[in-house]
Amino acid sequence: MKLTQAVKMAFSAILSNKMRSFLTMLGIIIGVLSVTLLVSIVQGATDSVTTQLEGLGGNKLMVTITTPDTTYITLEDLENLQNKNGLGLIAPTIGGSDIAKADGKTSSASISGVTESSRTVDGITVTSGRFIQQSDNENRLNVAVVGATIARDLFGHTDVVGSGFTMLGRSFEIVGVLKEDGTASMSSQDSSIYIPISTASRLMNQTSIRSFNASTTSVAAIDQGKQALENFLGSKIKASSGAAEDTQDKGYSIFNMGDILSAFDSVMSTMSLLLGGIASISLIVGGIGIMNIMLVSVTERTREIGIRKAIGAQHADILIQFLIEAVTISITGGLIGMLLGAGLLQVLSGIMDMELHLSVSVSALALGFSLGIGILFGIYPANKAAKLKPIDALRYE
Amino acid sequence: MIELKDISKTYVLGGDTVHAVDHLTLTIEEHEFVAIIGASGSGKSTLMNIIGCLDTADEGQYLLHGQDISSYTQRQMATLRNREIGFVFQQFNLLQKLTALENVELPLIYQGMGLAQRRKRSIEALKRVGLEARMHHRPNQLSGGQQQRVAIARAIVTRPALILADEPTGNLDSRSSKEILELLHELYEAGNTVLLITHDVYTASEAKRRVRLVDGRIVLDSKFDDEAAFLAEEERLERLHREAMKI
Repeated sequence: MKLTQAVKMAFSAILSNKMRSFLTMLGIIIGVLSVTLLVSIVQGATDSVTTQLEGLGGNKLMVTITTPDTTYITLEDLENLQNKNGLGLIAPTIGGSDIAKADGKTSSASISGVTESSRTVDGITVTSGRFIQQSDNENRLNVAVVGATIARDLFGHTDVVGSGFTMLGRSFEIVGVLKEDGTASMSSQDSSIYIPISTASRLMNQTSIRSFNASTTSVAAIDQGKQALENFLGSKIKASSGAAEDTQDKGYSIFNMGDILSAFDSVMSTMSLLLGGIASISLIVGGIGIMNIMLVSVTERTREIGIRKAIGAQHADILIQFLIEAVTISITGGLIGMLLGAGLLQVLSGIMDMELHLSVSVSALALGFSLGIGILFGIYPANKAAKLKPIDALRYE
Repeated sequence: MIELKDISKTYVLGGDTVHAVDHLTLTIEEHEFVAIIGASGSGKSTLMNIIGCLDTADEGQYLLHGQDISSYTQRQMATLRNREIGFVFQQFNLLQKLTALENVELPLIYQGMGLAQRRKRSIEALKRVGLEARMHHRPNQLSGGQQQRVAIARAIVTRPALILADEPTGNLDSRSSKEILELLHELYEAGNTVLLITHDVYTASEAKRRVRLVDGRIVLDSKFDDEAAFLAEEERLERLHREAMKI
């Protein structure tokens, strides 16, 4: 018998019992739908976080001094490291926080003392006015670049260049306003105030630099730059604090986005595997539903099988006929589940404000899985049908 | 064409051993019209299943076209059923979901024949049984006699040498029965070997040769016993049967 004939027979059998076929399919539809939805959402979340992290710069090294001892890392030290050994600009930061006040209004601010380099290294954008300049640092001026939330809290609007406010016991002049990023997180730019690092050093009584970001000349130069920083920090921290050779804690840490990204990726792929695995349990349940219905169908159609065998159907002809029936149900269910999944992802994209789409690999996985389920759970009933003896089957009422 | 040598088939039913066919020997030549007559339980259906390659004998040898099929595999048996034998059953055994034409096409589908050729041959077969006007009807839209004619078309569509008809008129009224028997007769005239299995003496009288089966053995064969002796024996058996019914 030709395969096209077998497919035709399977389709007419499925169509002659529409309600039952649909209910059987439902198990597979729900299974595939849940697998595609869960895996795609995890993938979408991963993509969106990865993009955000990459936006922060793949060629950036973030150094934090963790030793409690004083370390005497100076601006000059860092300037000397710049533009050598794969390193580009280095942006030191002296951080703190205080309440900014103007005309009786207040706003809590996270304060960063910075140099001109921060603008490039951290990718800071100013919408009006200017950023901190070298001359501000040289003259220890009380000038500030403020975030949008601060400006609104103090003045009710963001057109505030030239206005004054007080902070850290001094009055500051606003020279620029930061671009609004709109997020409400703790690290949001909108609640930040940038001032010259020399001013910050004196007002916060902090002479040593305990954190800085370094850019490298390229993403590929990350390892070289990291090595240069380790050499410098190793000599500096040991010399100034005398930290014991055998202590595990080096007294500083260097982060780069690549490390964070790969750690995040591995967490998310484990997550995806876990959720996909849980969802595939429903696929297996769907498969058992197919097997159940196929067994009922074989019993109901015993006489039909007998007639077919009497007029010359081979074992393989019957086997293929029933197997194709099972596979058609599971594949059709898989396709419907996938299309529903794609549609739902579209809707969820809008609701969750995330780029969600059905990837080729997830679709291939879902279809492959439903094909496998159809074969796995179809083979037993199909074989049972094919093994029937023609006389027994013909005698069946 | 058919040679049965010392064939036996035994069933175990609820602990009792039943010899459905008991050391039976029978030879049927090419182009014969044979009726096998027997009451229910005489073993005629078992014999038909063995001849039709639907079942195998426990003992003895069965030669079809000189080929010993005792050693045939399931696969070879299926091929034999498909190409060499045409079945006509008491229950018609048509697939209810298929039209008359599709039912007739089915054996050719299992041969792997292409659509155009198989359609042509099926329509020819339906014409031969006079049903081409109703070929797109489903079995439940046809009368019993028409359904049996579709079954005959399905039996002859593969052009087998042997037609096996098991109580073909058992579920039909007398007029339809007559038509079906005429049709079987035509097939015999056209060169087929026809084997008619029945419990009914009247139906059997259509055949040229009659074989009477009792308890799995042949008790009479009109080919070897003379006509008068055959009829006398028939009458005696009928009488015995009637007396048995009275008790």
